[in-house]
Amino acid sequence: MKGLAELYVQQFKTTMAMMFQYRASLLIWMIGHVLEPLVYLIVWSVVATTGGGSVGDYTKTQFAAYFIVLMLVNNVTYTWIMYEFEYRIRHGSLSFALLKPVHPIHSDIADNVSSKVLTLPFMLAIAAVLALIFHPALSPPLWAIALFIPALLLAFLVRFLLEWTLAQAAFWTTRVSAINQTYFVLLLFLSGQIAPLSLMPHPVRILADILPFRWMVGFPVELLLGRLTLTEALMGLGVQAAWVIIGLVLLRVVWRAGVRVYSAVGA
Amino acid sequence: MTLPAIHIRDLRKTYVVSQQEAGAKAALKDLVHRRTQEVRAVDGISFDLAPGEIVGFLGPNGAGKTTTLKMLSGLLHPTAGEVTVLGHIPWKREKTFLRQITLVMGQRNQLVWDIPAIHSFELNRVIYRVLPEDYRRMLGELTELLDLEPLLHKPVRNLSLGERMKCEIAAALLHRPSIVFLDEPTIGLDVTMQRRIRAFITEYNRRFGATVLLTSHYMNDVEALCKRVVVIHHGRLVFDGDLSVLVQQFTEHKTIVVRLADCEADLKAYGEVVSCLDGQITLRVPKAETARVTGRLLADLPVIDLLIEDPPIEEVIERVFAQGNP
Repeated sequence: MKGLAELYVQQFKTTMAMMFQYRASLLIWMIGHVLEPLVYLIVWSVVATTGGGSVGDYTKTQFAAYFIVLMLVNNVTYTWIMYEFEYRIRHGSLSFALLKPVHPIHSDIADNVSSKVLTLPFMLAIAAVLALIFHPALSPPLWAIALFIPALLLAFLVRFLLEWTLAQAAFWTTRVSAINQTYFVLLLFLSGQIAPLSLMPHPVRILADILPFRWMVGFPVELLLGRLTLTEALMGLGVQAAWVIIGLVLLRVVWRAGVRVYSAVGA
Repeated sequence: MTLPAIHIRDLRKTYVVSQQEAGAKAALKDLVHRRTQEVRAVDGISFDLAPGEIVGFLGPNGAGKTTTLKMLSGLLHPTAGEVTVLGHIPWKREKTFLRQITLVMGQRNQLVWDIPAIHSFELNRVIYRVLPEDYRRMLGELTELLDLEPLLHKPVRNLSLGERMKCEIAAALLHRPSIVFLDEPTIGLDVTMQRRIRAFITEYNRRFGATVLLTSHYMNDVEALCKRVVVIHHGRLVFDGDLSVLVQQFTEHKTIVVRLADCEADLKAYGEVVSCLDGQITLRVPKAETARVTGRLLADLPVIDLLIEDPPIEEVIERVFAQGNP
């Protein structure tokens, strides 16, 4: 454990050094992460205004709260591992990772967490500015704020484990971009990124409950907006925990099979 | 008898490669039925390395050298045969095994590209769990031997190829591995840098008693570093033994260089004239006739100077590859 803790600290330093090198691309990346929810926020505000002040159970200011919180949650749970992994396999750098006496996922988690910690202050500042402009209606009960923290961490874990597993597709096919595209479309609609899930038709909502996407993004947002009962919130945390376990099992199975393929056909 | 550091018996690796022909019709046919072909990259090789030995692993491109190194370091699963390194089965990639080996690939890099190498060193320190005092000492030694001081704090992308290679080698050796696989460590480097790396490998082997298996296309590397060479071709073992024996075995000619007072002489009758420059004539003669031809030259002509040489090692190796089998 101590060894892993040291690895995480060292990876944090490395990630910081790298981010300092990539300041410009980091800025562009952050702008992208702000723009997407901002566009949805504006669109839904306009729809709410023309629709007599609200759409479904969301008013204009509630939309503002939803998308500002979503922006932060998405920033915390987002990963880029699918692109990264394809690159590693195509360029052979995965070989170096396999020669190391540590599972490569540790460096990835550490790198991911580090960059989140480093970008979070900026995202919070942007959220504050957006709050001044759009006057979000946000007054969650205290227990919702308290449960939001574990919900956010679990959302990160669910998303990280499943996307890390999905990234292994690169072991079997050179055309992972098709898989990634499909995944992102599903994520966009079923995680609550394009619109709150409560505005979706009933069958879509059922689908969103069954699939993991809502538990990666939408659930913590709904929780902090005070839209869930305590029972719903606790059940949600349970579903997230179940997905973490499923994710861990899948990751282990797929990783082993993937490495077997990699070491059979040429590393 | 000590146990071998590396033990290989009848090692094989077969790849299944899909074949594609040009043209739309062929592409359609491939869609329905993909044709594959088996490629035997390594086809039953056997050899052992004693602890502390430096061995040159030679063969033309595609001979199966890299495939073998990858099987030895655990990146590839052998199709058949036996391979143990320090008693471990490499493809199981046990942590105790991985901590004792390293693989340097001259054409690949493990250092993080955009930041100074020292960050990658520090990462390797925690990955291999090197104790702080051991790390400091090892980094000190590597810095001194490879002259890394001015390079450590520059972004890797700003280093020259040679500088980067020195940092790559240092990064690969910080955990002081006792087994070192070097896949063309001097590729693309200038002569001075090649010599530098060679001297370093010798020193590392001497100081730490490490076992080194090295591939290179530069025969200078091999001559300087390896007493013993293993030659493979088309995945099969062609030669395993002393470099001097290889030269003896595959050399059918000797080179005689004569300097004459009268440079107009025609020496065609004595052997094959390779070059004729400023009164210095280079002849190639069959090994068995060297003594007789030399005697005749000295008796017949006004010789100022005469030198008998083995052909350059490159030429010998070329013959080995061309022949395939002795």
